[in-house]
Amino acid sequence: MSDKVKVTIDGISVEVAPGTSILNAARQIGGDIVPPAMCYYSKLEGSGGKCRTCIVKVSKGSEKDPRPMPKLVASCRTTVMDGMEVQNITSPEVLEARAGVVEILLINHPLDCPVCDQAGECDLQNLGYEHGLQKTRYEFERRTFERIDIGDKIQLHMNRCILCYRCVFTADQITNKRVHGILNRGDHSEISTYIQTAVENDFSGNVIDVCPVGALTDKTFRFKNRVWFTKPIDAHRDCPTCSGKVTLWYKGEDVLRVTARKDIYGEVEEFICNTCRFDKKKTADWMIEHPTHISDASVIASNHYETMKPLPVIQENERLKLANRIELEKTSKF
Amino acid sequence: MGRKLLLEHINVPGINTLEVYRQKGGYRSVEKALKMTPEEIVEEVKKSGLRGRGGAGFPTGMKWSFLAKPEGVPRYLVCNADESEPGTFKDRYLMTYIPHALIEGMIVSSFALGAKTSYIYVRGEMMPQIRILERAIAEAKNAGFLGKNILGTGYDLELYVQPGGGAYICGEETALLESLEGKRGNPRIKPPFPAIAGLYGCPTVVNNVESIAAVVPIINDGGDEYAKIGIGRSTGTKLISASGNLVRPGVYEIELGLPVEEFIYSDEYCGGIANGKRLKATVAGGSSVPVLPANLTLKLANGDPRLMSYESLSEGGFATGTMMGSGGFIAFDEDQCMVRNTWNFSRFYHHESCGQCSPCREGTGWMEKVLHRLEYGHGKMSDIDLLVDVSKKIEGNTICPLGDAAAWPVASAIRHFRDEFEWHVKEPLKSLDTNYGLANYAEPIAKAAITTEN
Repeated sequence: MSDKVKVTIDGISVEVAPGTSILNAARQIGGDIVPPAMCYYSKLEGSGGKCRTCIVKVSKGSEKDPRPMPKLVASCRTTVMDGMEVQNITSPEVLEARAGVVEILLINHPLDCPVCDQAGECDLQNLGYEHGLQKTRYEFERRTFERIDIGDKIQLHMNRCILCYRCVFTADQITNKRVHGILNRGDHSEISTYIQTAVENDFSGNVIDVCPVGALTDKTFRFKNRVWFTKPIDAHRDCPTCSGKVTLWYKGEDVLRVTARKDIYGEVEEFICNTCRFDKKKTADWMIEHPTHISDASVIASNHYETMKPLPVIQENERLKLANRIELEKTSKF
Repeated sequence: MGRKLLLEHINVPGINTLEVYRQKGGYRSVEKALKMTPEEIVEEVKKSGLRGRGGAGFPTGMKWSFLAKPEGVPRYLVCNADESEPGTFKDRYLMTYIPHALIEGMIVSSFALGAKTSYIYVRGEMMPQIRILERAIAEAKNAGFLGKNILGTGYDLELYVQPGGGAYICGEETALLESLEGKRGNPRIKPPFPAIAGLYGCPTVVNNVESIAAVVPIINDGGDEYAKIGIGRSTGTKLISASGNLVRPGVYEIELGLPVEEFIYSDEYCGGIANGKRLKATVAGGSSVPVLPANLTLKLANGDPRLMSYESLSEGGFATGTMMGSGGFIAFDEDQCMVRNTWNFSRFYHHESCGQCSPCREGTGWMEKVLHRLEYGHGKMSDIDLLVDVSKKIEGNTICPLGDAAAWPVASAIRHFRDEFEWHVKEPLKSLDTNYGLANYAEPIAKAAITTEN
């Protein structure tokens, strides 16, 4: 008997280990059929199920019980069953519901991407482009908050928070002293440090990395540059606290920011300590590895050509191709 | 006269004391149940056809049979007494006047489930009821019905009353368990269901007050006898908390299957609509269920009488039906403004949303604001379709049923009373006046109502 279960997502089958969620099964297939996730974070236990962006339709429950599930389900928290059939982008119902979730998430989130520090790395921005409306139907006053400094390195701007709880889980699970959480309820909910107590421990900076929007920002980088003007380089150091594997974000010869390395789903591979993140901003502190691979689809990839791909019209024109190569080398960051 | 099982002795002076309760046959079911096996008790409850009285209507015996029974792991019974939905107040009534009925049911149910520690989770604001229950528990313990070696059978049970967090969401069973564990009352994502991993991760059954109290007559008289009362799969009696524009609002015990018309207009129950007005609409099962206009309240779409039963009330789906819910029956007379009532319900759900999942957190607030605008004469015609659309975005897309509970009243009010919403847009100044002669406006609706006179 096979110890794997077979699940079909948007017509593509995959065999996965029992207990795998639909979302992670989809990630094993990859591509467009992977549902988006704003609150789920594979490295954080108990995360997911809250934002509802990953909802999918289970059109067949399993081989044993082929009945469809009556409601759309959160793919990040629903376990696959053998023979399960799932519709994501092939279901108009899912796409409509997801568009509704995006609209609702944007009710209180300002569309100020041009000035937001998260622009270029924002999951909600991507989701908005893919599923959002041209214009909001919400005409009421948005909730606003004063910015809160959580210690001297992190700033919380609740205006942008979508209450995904990722930072709460991070503080709860990878730091030794949880001092922040969710206060109030309903649309009055807010992330708070209670009496604005500073989060002071070695791993607190990871709340910045897990925030899918621009609510938690790195004060050492905040507004120093746009992310697409910087050059990401993978590097490491011998750190006694964490793995020391990071991404350095260069502008010229200066390291403007240090973050944990992220996978293709925008989740950090290994959490890093505050010393690596905030205190090691010199190239000499690091062993440089190689340029960070950035997906062509990401805005961060602009200006960062890893290989030359001339446009078809100039492919046959050697003179133009050479000129293009010279120009490219002038502007290429790596 | 309908048969009474839970409220039979409600008017007996001192029935809230153990002494009088015992004189009226109280705790017989404990004596009987402790001589049975737990499996036999579960079987009797299954035979009775009892359905959960908290709103979902899931068969209680079946729910009990789902309880996981791993070795060496405690099992819990938790009574959900967090009743706090607008229009629903029957559990509070039961706990206030016959607290021993609940305690007796808790002992029998706990024994059937193999629970040695059980909790009654009472809404935090209900301090008088908490004190009443604590006093009754102390009486029962002194009489040997609780504690160690109950009635010499070797069965031990500790029963605790736990004040709730004072939030409507704590009535959702998994949020209740979170609250009982001392955490913020946010619903858990299911599965796993509490029967597998409930309180402190152990197998747990969460039952409503009335469901647990109904176990007493089921054990006393047998499941078959209980199943003879009622109609179809809606067996037994049901407590209905009637409120709104009725001559005699209050808590009534009805036999399921009673015609709605008889419940509203007969002298045994509500005595008709107050001040000689006509019925305009009802909410049959607490504010979370769809509202129905008078004609569909009294008659089914095919003209047959609408009955007070799970199946009859829901017949036709949400187009022409509603839900039995928790039995919070609210009647609106012809002068009531449906926009205002809908806004009022919406205000409640906005306030009580836990904020954990996005559609409920933001959507309930959005709906409430649009309804507020409509009610106060600043609405636009497009707001009506916007409300329908937002309610669709919430319904079915949330972690727990609070999202549905917020969406259904709005969607159903617009479905059945759209012209009234449009009137608020067309005549904003008139709609600002609460005494604006809606009776005349509502004439076509009122005419459709079937009253005892015609």
